[in-house]
Amino acid sequence: MSARGNILGKLRDSLAGTTPRPDEFDERLVTKPWRYAPGDRIARLRSLMEAVHTEVHQCRSDNWPELVAELLNKRNLTNLLCAPAKEHGRALQAYFEATEQRVELLAYDQPVEAWKEELFWNVEASLTGTLGGIAATGTLVLWPDRHEPRLMSLVPPVHIALLKASEIHDNLYDMMVSQDWAAGLPTNVLLVSGPSKTADIEQVLAYGAHGPRELIVLVLEDA
Amino acid sequence: MSQRIPVTELTPDFRGRAEEALADGQLRENFRVAMDSLMTKRANAFPDADEREGLRELGNRIKAGALSRLPDLLEQLEQKLTENGIKVHWAETIEEANNLVHDIIEARKGSQVVKGKSMVSEEMEMNDYLAERGIECLESDMGEYIVQLDNEKPSHIIMPAIHKNARQVSKLFHDKLGEPETEDVNQLIQIGRRTLRRKFMEADVGVSGVNFAVAETGTLLLVENEGNGRMSTTAPPVHIAVTGIEKVVPNLRDVVPLVSLLTRSALGQPITTYVNLISGPRKPDELDGPEEVHLVLLDNGRTGAFADAQMRQTLNCIRCGACMNHCPVYTRVGGHTYGEVYPGPIGKIITPHMAGLDKVPDHPSASSLCGACGEVCPVKIPIPELLQRLRQENVKDPEQPQQVKGGGAKYSRTERWIWRGWQMLNTRPALYRSFLWAATRFRALAPKKAGPWTENHSAPVPARRSLHDLAARHLDQNGGRPS
Amino acid sequence: MSQLFYDAAPNATRVSPEREADRHYPEKSEAVTLFGTCVVDLFFPEAGLDAIRLLEREGVRVHFPQEQSCCGQPAWTSGYRDEAKAVARKQLDILDRSGLPVVVPSGSCAGMFRHHYPALFADEPDTLKRVEALAERTFELTEFLLKVCKVQLADRGAPSRIALHTSCSARREMNTHLHARELLQQLEGVERVDHDHESECCGFGGTFSVRMPEVSGAMVKDKTRSLMDSGAVEMVTADGGCLMNINGSLEKQKQNFRGRHLASFLWERINGASAGEVA
Repeated sequence: MSARGNILGKLRDSLAGTTPRPDEFDERLVTKPWRYAPGDRIARLRSLMEAVHTEVHQCRSDNWPELVAELLNKRNLTNLLCAPAKEHGRALQAYFEATEQRVELLAYDQPVEAWKEELFWNVEASLTGTLGGIAATGTLVLWPDRHEPRLMSLVPPVHIALLKASEIHDNLYDMMVSQDWAAGLPTNVLLVSGPSKTADIEQVLAYGAHGPRELIVLVLEDA
Repeated sequence: MSQRIPVTELTPDFRGRAEEALADGQLRENFRVAMDSLMTKRANAFPDADEREGLRELGNRIKAGALSRLPDLLEQLEQKLTENGIKVHWAETIEEANNLVHDIIEARKGSQVVKGKSMVSEEMEMNDYLAERGIECLESDMGEYIVQLDNEKPSHIIMPAIHKNARQVSKLFHDKLGEPETEDVNQLIQIGRRTLRRKFMEADVGVSGVNFAVAETGTLLLVENEGNGRMSTTAPPVHIAVTGIEKVVPNLRDVVPLVSLLTRSALGQPITTYVNLISGPRKPDELDGPEEVHLVLLDNGRTGAFADAQMRQTLNCIRCGACMNHCPVYTRVGGHTYGEVYPGPIGKIITPHMAGLDKVPDHPSASSLCGACGEVCPVKIPIPELLQRLRQENVKDPEQPQQVKGGGAKYSRTERWIWRGWQMLNTRPALYRSFLWAATRFRALAPKKAGPWTENHSAPVPARRSLHDLAARHLDQNGGRPS
Repeated sequence: MSQLFYDAAPNATRVSPEREADRHYPEKSEAVTLFGTCVVDLFFPEAGLDAIRLLEREGVRVHFPQEQSCCGQPAWTSGYRDEAKAVARKQLDILDRSGLPVVVPSGSCAGMFRHHYPALFADEPDTLKRVEALAERTFELTEFLLKVCKVQLADRGAPSRIALHTSCSARREMNTHLHARELLQQLEGVERVDHDHESECCGFGGTFSVRMPEVSGAMVKDKTRSLMDSGAVEMVTADGGCLMNINGSLEKQKQNFRGRHLASFLWERINGASAGEVA
């Protein structure tokens, strides 16, 4: 018999004569304590994310590239990985060209194998969009895709994420159900709630363990 | 890596190791401070007791519901994962699991493996198995990396290097990596970051565990703070996830309360920095992510625990570590005293099914049954009840059929007779009263040494008169009426 | 979430019991049975007698069946189920004779009646009914005084500062850890001080203290240290096992600090410094 057959066989024998338990999921328990007035969502997300060393800025959906340039210049960063194929990538590119920024804009436009060394050691920052945010836990939701691949929000030491204020949900359950995630998930879904960190030595919190040392969130409100 | 980690020998000498740990002031201080802090963090993460209790109950119901149809769920999971392009493997033993992992690595001619934190891979002693076959398997969780570098095993399932302080880590990095000594935790972490970043980039295969496997969508969910889990599951061309068969949950929505319970119970965090949901290998139009994703489903004694409805509750466990954080025994002796992969209360109830109760015969007794573990368990495993049950299995006649692997290891004809005598004393009132009479009248003859009791206590001396005597006299005087 | 018994098959997957609702307390009865417990019987009989006096002061007649012995806990926690069950059956018979409410001056023995007897007799439906009735009418002493007798204590003692140790059973099985606090609060001259790691076990655990003396010893040393560091002049507790453990350790360490049973403490406070008959 195969391992599979043996395992399933033993489990079935142990359950002989029993009935599966009914589904007792109670959505109130994961929604009711985590509801906010629409006006409070940003504040909640902001305070939770700031508590774990995330830099949060609120800006208008038409002037954020200016802030990005300022943030990069303040840190003396020389390059930024972004997605020129996306709307926000184009907006950024346009602004950077128009204002003759010295920061080099890089694109993730080839398989990782072709530029792994470069990505791991030379890219200083990245900018990605998000699918939305979660007020309850201070979380960004990322669905990486061809233009903003999985490593883009992980490998560069500084990650700048754009979050539309209108896409901030109360809690994960609401977001998951309203968007019917169960019907089909992409290769990878990420919930990101701050920069990479560890408390593995003496429980002392240190940021920048393996992922970004800095997470900067730009909350975009309609212009 | 030049040295390989010695395989931990499961010697049944808990007491000896406990004695050593108790004598190590630094170790005790490290654990006390760490556990106090983790307890406070958990308490702060659940400010509303009603909310907490409702959620724990829901967690219990979700896990029980999943276990009540586990074989069907595993088949559904396999089907969905396969549809998503993830290859599913089954292993009854750790040998089989290691073989499967090795075969996958061999097929890619891989020589470097980087591993995200996985307790199941610890169970498998995968690092050793692969090292013996010329494959480097490097831990990438900071704590795991530290213990691996020092040829140790984790002492806590969430905080593997909690037994060490910064000075000890500094010395280790100095000795093994030639780094300048520093007790600045940030600097120490940056040393780890630099060293491991190259490894993530170069690795042929990434190995990870799984926190929850969702049958409905064919999704593997991993929680972490460092990013090493994302690195291990994204950067190398192959990702192998290893997990126990009990980690499957029916629906995607089930992970909402379970993740909340897990991260709040473990670390007091509302959520971990990263929650990573993987539902397939790289698609043709995608630019990164592994080309192959495998899942190894491991039994290793779990079907044995499952066979007994009471013990089955052990499989509710979501590996948060709260039981050890709140355990007064664990706090004092630390994780290594248990001599097994899973320390603390959960280790005591899960290891017998993996290794056999005869390999850990002292573990069920190494508890005052204070109940702190059961009180905080996010999925409401009745840990004290299961410890008590294991004590019964421990003293069963070894000639009789055993319900738990390795049962009967503590069987003692002498002890059985002592308890028979105790039973007689306590079921025959005349005998009991004679005993009281003798013990109180001859109290001066009470022994000055009473076995292990007098190691920590003065010798117990019975009172001059028993309560039986005093009460009879008092109630007689009062004619049984209220005074 | 109430479908606990959706499936009566013995191999059905189990769920945690329903959360216990706050206990509903009956009217004060005219009489009760005192279950003395073996530890109090032999080592702290005065505490048992003081418990009787406290109950009598509330107008409750106390029965003390002379046939009683031990609740069976030592064998039960040691894994000797059959022996525990035989002893439990005997106590059940004795306590059923009058059917009166049972008051126990020890949290862990009360917990044995209320929570572990049902587990012991789960396979005997008829006995289980009697056991459940016993569980229903079993009260830990402080709980009974406060919630059933609604006791009002007038303090006649000198000002004092004490620490309260609550047993794990009282805290986690019986949910009575706040009752002793409330009783102490009624005493005007008594200040209760917190001690470090108050909710942590004292290390007794019945046979744990002799099977694992190294670990148990470390626990009781920490407990005695935090009690002594609390600024209290003495410790009170409503559990005989903890008391034996803590006092035995203090004596071994040659400390002057001591603990005593809450019943004796209360009785002394409401009667001034010296009270009661001499044993």
